[in-house]
Amino acid sequence: MDIDLILSMANATMRLATPLLLAALAGLYSERSGIFDIGLEGKMLASAFAAATVAAVTGNVWLGLFAGVIVSILTTMLQGFASITLKGNQMIAGVAVTMLAIGMTTFLGQTWFRQGGRTPQLSGDARFAPIELPFARELADVPVIGALYSDILSGHYILVYVAFLAVPVTAYVLYRTRFGLRLRAVGENPKAVDTAGISVTLQRYQAIFITGILAGLSGAYFSIAQGAGFGNEMTAGKGYVALAALIFSKWRPVPVMFTCLLFGFLDALQIRMQNVELPLVGQVPVQLVQALPYILTVVLLAGFIGKAVGPKAGGVPYVKER
Amino acid sequence: MSEQTTNTQRPDPAAAPSGDNGDWAIELEKINKSFGPVHANKDIDLKVKRGTIHGIVGENGAGKSTLMSILYGFYTADSGTIRVNGVPHAITDSRHALALGIGMVHQHFMLVDNMTVLENVVLGAEDSPLLNKTLAHARSQLVELGREYSLEVDPDALIENISVGQQQRVEILKALFRGADTLILDEPTGVLTPAEADHLFRVLETLRAEGKTVILITHKLREIMAITDEVSVMRGGEMVETLKTSETNPEELAELMVGRRVLLRVEKEPANPGDIVLEVENLSVTDRMGVQRVKSVSFSVRAGEIVGIAGVAGNGQTELLEAISGIADPTSGVVKIKGKPLDIRGDDGAARARRAGMAHVPEDRHRMGLVTTFEEWENSILGYETYPDYGKGMILDIAAAQKEAQRRIEMFDIRPDNIRLRTANFSGGNQQKIVLAREMDRELEVLVVGQPTRGVDIGAIEFIHKQIIKMRDAGKAVLLVSVELDEIRSLSDRILVMFDGHIVGEADPETANESELGMMMAGMNQKEAAQ
Repeated sequence: MDIDLILSMANATMRLATPLLLAALAGLYSERSGIFDIGLEGKMLASAFAAATVAAVTGNVWLGLFAGVIVSILTTMLQGFASITLKGNQMIAGVAVTMLAIGMTTFLGQTWFRQGGRTPQLSGDARFAPIELPFARELADVPVIGALYSDILSGHYILVYVAFLAVPVTAYVLYRTRFGLRLRAVGENPKAVDTAGISVTLQRYQAIFITGILAGLSGAYFSIAQGAGFGNEMTAGKGYVALAALIFSKWRPVPVMFTCLLFGFLDALQIRMQNVELPLVGQVPVQLVQALPYILTVVLLAGFIGKAVGPKAGGVPYVKER
Repeated sequence: MSEQTTNTQRPDPAAAPSGDNGDWAIELEKINKSFGPVHANKDIDLKVKRGTIHGIVGENGAGKSTLMSILYGFYTADSGTIRVNGVPHAITDSRHALALGIGMVHQHFMLVDNMTVLENVVLGAEDSPLLNKTLAHARSQLVELGREYSLEVDPDALIENISVGQQQRVEILKALFRGADTLILDEPTGVLTPAEADHLFRVLETLRAEGKTVILITHKLREIMAITDEVSVMRGGEMVETLKTSETNPEELAELMVGRRVLLRVEKEPANPGDIVLEVENLSVTDRMGVQRVKSVSFSVRAGEIVGIAGVAGNGQTELLEAISGIADPTSGVVKIKGKPLDIRGDDGAARARRAGMAHVPEDRHRMGLVTTFEEWENSILGYETYPDYGKGMILDIAAAQKEAQRRIEMFDIRPDNIRLRTANFSGGNQQKIVLAREMDRELEVLVVGQPTRGVDIGAIEFIHKQIIKMRDAGKAVLLVSVELDEIRSLSDRILVMFDGHIVGEADPETANESELGMMMAGMNQKEAAQ
């Protein structure tokens, strides 16, 4: 196998793992606080649409990103209001938010832009450009380090770096801060948190606020970084894959990163394998190749993680009085 | 059932203890609290003197826990006044109560299982946004508190890895760490060995000696007599009396709790054991997590005798019961009825055990004994619904089933007298009677009973005990498992003590003394315990 292939695969893995990682970390905050978040997909979709719309209208990618995050936070709060304050069923709240996002984005896209639900093609300042890390060019010819630094680490969108930076930050927040201690506690035993004099409701809203931000970044990545504009259901189930990654890594930040890299790699492999003649089998149908990451997700989830025990109080609305 | 029956000459409880107003740590006035239609606290008045241990007794559902949860800010009262050290406060949440120096050790511990002791202690009382400093500071304080009150625990141990007794220490430390002056303990000894309970009481005495106030909620009158200075009795959501402990006795307290005279001791004739009916040989049970819970246990029960299995909760009694009654599969061993081995494995093991003449009253009536959303008569045939008495083939003979349910309601004095009422609407004692009636009222050889009076009020306890003894006197073999040592001692003709999955000893209830049994329950073998 030649070195260029390896490098480009590694590069693509990082690129494709990024939205998964952001979304999985988003889910981590929510689920660690005891709110199961099956609505990740919906928030990402809403954010992707808002980001592309605002970027298209203003021509400014940062305003687009901001809009995406805000819309994602609002969507999260809607879901949170249903599942925290109104103590509704968290699964239904999540599904509802996703369905709402699918319908609204298509409807508004068609109403506003008349391009079959798409937003206008973005270019120039309306879209993130890859960032070249300092000295990337100078180091490019140094053996090993050069390849690693210049070809794999350098040249990504800023959100890629944000995503990978969010991993140690999340680990620190979760295990080394007061907020993290309370977050972990409220997902395990909200009654213990309540009797310790902390508001369960406030703690959960704080957690899902962060979920909203990260899911917003993840969604925006699709439409204003990786893509140049919004297309119908462009998140393509990645929110659910992120959820699978979260469960697979047992709700821990660093394993979440490795799992997302694995899923990203599978995705990169899938793209690479299309229309490739394999020995013995010949050309594999595109659909099968495309399904590969999802099939592997199911296999991994079913067989390899043993028992994934989530936060004990997850999925259960906190009701104080009987 | 009149409240007047106990209204003997007694000074007003509020005025009884000496001293001026500055002496009260806690004063509650006209506290009311309703949960939907249930009026859990009605106009409750309570005054607790500083530096004393104040007991609160009452049956389940008397409103003790609700009252204390209101004081701790977990619930908010519908009306009423709370004064702490003479100053009125509207306690809105637990943070507020903690700030006023009120700490509470709940019956079900409020701990996060997968966090360490230290993390649990600081939770909610962290003094900085970053944990490192908080934890270091708390660690030294925890060690100091542990030494001062002999409440040593490993600060880095995970809660899920330490014993229940240790977990309780963590709860007390949590309260002390927050600077509690008044400590509320809700049924603290239910999960402890007698030795652990003694240790707890010494800790409480130390706290009292330091001028702290302790409020002890319990239904065990012996504990009230042993340690409290004053005792308040609650019944049906109302405060009945507050008495000086030195001026009362268990019989009087029981009467106040129930509202009528009750027999605390069980009256029974000497046993007349016949042939061996139930035999258990080398039974071992491994639970779903792969932990061996029952370790090669053998014993037998004769006709006309009650064999009691004593032990602290969680030492394999539950698994033993489930294996014998065919609910869980044993990993090895045999259960025989009248010499015939019983095929108790598989999902229908329980049904086969029943047909072989074994009746089973499970430990947890809500989880296993009843479907609480069913009507009473439906529960009355549950598990026996395929019997020809209740219809042929697929069709239930509802009339027959209801007729029988009605008969049992009368026989077991189940109240209210309504077979169409949803089971959830019966009180704990009456629910238990529904299960007992179903299991006892038929042809049987062996009665296996787990925790017959858990969550049952004193009045119903008396009735249930009588029924169990009636079974014995009718020549049935009875196996009784209970974590209430008093119950085991008063009902059993022979006592087996279980610890860590083994039967560690056998005792005669007439001659065994409590400390010997207690030591066996804590894991010593019979010889060690006898010394």
